[in-house]
Amino acid sequence: MSTNTTITNGKNAFSAFIDGVRDRWASAPGWQRWTVYVLLFIAALLLPSESLGPIMSPYSDWASVLFFPIGTYVVLAIGLNVVVGQAGLLDLGYVAFFAIGGYSMALLGTRMGLNFWEILVAGVILSAISGIVLGGPTLRLRGDYLAIVTLGFGEIVRQTAENTDAIGGPRGIAGIPHPPSIDGVTVFGVDIFHYGVLDPRPYYYLLVVVATAIIIFVKRWEKSRVGRAWAAIREDEDAAEVMGVPTFKFKLLAFAIGASIGGAMGVVWASKTISINPNDFLFMLSATILAAVVMGGSGNIPGVILGAFLVAWLPERFRGLSEYRIMVFGAALVALMIFRPEGLLPSRRRKAELAEGTGGMGAMGAEVPDPETHAAAAEGAAK
Amino acid sequence: MFDNLLGSFWPYTIDGLILGAIYGLVALGYTMVYGVLRLINFAHSEIFMIGTMASAFVVMTLGITTPLTGFALVGGLLLMVLVGGFASAGSAMLLERIAYRPLRKRGASRLAALISAIGASLFLQELFALVLIPHVFNRPQQGRNQMGVARIMEKDTLFTFGGAQIRVDQVLIFVAAIGMMVLLDLLVNRTKIGRGIRATSQDPETAVLMGVDIDKIVRMTFLIGGLMAGVAGALFVLQFEVTKFSIGFLLGIKAFTAAVLGGIGNLRGALLGGLFLGLIENYGAAVFGSGWKDVIAFTVLVLVLMFRPTGILGESLQQARA
Repeated sequence: MSTNTTITNGKNAFSAFIDGVRDRWASAPGWQRWTVYVLLFIAALLLPSESLGPIMSPYSDWASVLFFPIGTYVVLAIGLNVVVGQAGLLDLGYVAFFAIGGYSMALLGTRMGLNFWEILVAGVILSAISGIVLGGPTLRLRGDYLAIVTLGFGEIVRQTAENTDAIGGPRGIAGIPHPPSIDGVTVFGVDIFHYGVLDPRPYYYLLVVVATAIIIFVKRWEKSRVGRAWAAIREDEDAAEVMGVPTFKFKLLAFAIGASIGGAMGVVWASKTISINPNDFLFMLSATILAAVVMGGSGNIPGVILGAFLVAWLPERFRGLSEYRIMVFGAALVALMIFRPEGLLPSRRRKAELAEGTGGMGAMGAEVPDPETHAAAAEGAAK
Repeated sequence: MFDNLLGSFWPYTIDGLILGAIYGLVALGYTMVYGVLRLINFAHSEIFMIGTMASAFVVMTLGITTPLTGFALVGGLLLMVLVGGFASAGSAMLLERIAYRPLRKRGASRLAALISAIGASLFLQELFALVLIPHVFNRPQQGRNQMGVARIMEKDTLFTFGGAQIRVDQVLIFVAAIGMMVLLDLLVNRTKIGRGIRATSQDPETAVLMGVDIDKIVRMTFLIGGLMAGVAGALFVLQFEVTKFSIGFLLGIKAFTAAVLGGIGNLRGALLGGLFLGLIENYGAAVFGSGWKDVIAFTVLVLVLMFRPTGILGESLQQARA
């Protein structure tokens, strides 16, 4: 009993601390926020420092780990968060868009000889179109049907790539070109625009810039009419429709935006990797990214970034246990859903929704809450 | 393009029906849990995997190397099915107790339950790949390899039909699968437990008021679903003679597809959906090549959901005759 109380107290203290930080943040003047943003950006640029390497990643090159998996997972999680966290649509096949981006880079780069920047635009457009093609017929479905259809779509994309010899079949595509380099721009001894084979740092900086641009876009959307429409759809789709929100259009938009972010990341990733094959795009990656979103606190961008960072970094850091990492990861997911279903850093609104059982496809059936749960839910709603 | 299919239409049909019957048995678990809890039991594919593993374990423990005959064969088959069925039923109940009930009690969202299911699914797969196959099955370093299972019965041809040789084991599997489904149908439609299951899926709150013990009903649902998946696992081992830690993943998605095809929550629909999917998949493989089998199955899923989201027979665990 007493340990139980201690745990609850600890949990409350953590939540209270987070809430305190959030209040301070909400009332901070604009220049303070911008200072923090700029500091965070600089911190992200300084991350690949050699003094951090041995602590953060003793087993492999820290700057490489920062590009993949950490940075890649962070961007993918931000993209999936638009679909799952903001619009409340469960997508289990997000890896499909990453694959479409990756294959765009590989095919357009090796066959058509386009350069990275042209392909980035093309890849974003192609993956957005594929998002609309998938979403168009399926977004009218109920939440959990959508989950299975997207899962099926992810597998269709991967297996089609595996079975089509024209795009390399199971061997994939090799010799993907790097982004065009601009040599000689040296900052602290790093040739920051030289996209070669040896130094991963220029790719990481490119990723940070792309990620920052995506975060700015997503943030602006969240605060706009579009973001409010998504929140309304997530909480109660029927009510939103009655209130005049064109739910289908906004769901499709969320799908297209999520898809284009996944596609953009696919292009950036493939431009460093040199060769890709269908096995880079397994369901496991979709599940991992979804877990990152939910674990961090779906709907809240800092939470999602934290979740993706942890999901990507912990297995790299503890390579010694690498054999057991998926097993531990699975058990951790179950434990997290039991003890903190709202994630590590949830947005307040999301937390209230989860306490009510709305948001995220509603509550399970056969659930007749006892008075205690009712009270807790009411309390959560009141907050 | 169609020569292959037309040339050996009946063999493809027979294979499709056998596979379809196994899909149907696994689909029952999805459909019942969905009917009662409105939850996609994502870890059900691992329950099936446990069934295949348990019956493979029986074959290995009995030290069978040559096919059995007579009473030994009957005993061996029964043991496989029973051990597979109970191992799966037990794990399904354990899964419900650990991964779902705490969430249900708190009224957590279905998204949370689905994530919990994905977590449980990963955990179970890795448990077999890293711990059970290397140490209990004594295949160190091979946890992730496909495991061959010795042939337990001679696969003699029983009779020929339209150019297809129909084997004893195929008839046995098909009859066993259909028999299990008939039993389940009777259970749900004729017994008190079945009435409880139907009542709960219609309206849990009213069911509680009428004296239905919901926790018990949910436990029973997982038990029955697990039992069906375990039997399916044993039949799968009998037919294909292999298993693997990840064998449930694709089969699970397809069984879910079958459940959706038949109208989720609808028991007879699950069988029909399973057979339909098995046939389509085999015919498709005959026309386009076996590499496209899964793509065809998923495309069927997408098309059905687009044009008839309630499935072939409609959704109706609750509407099954009272």
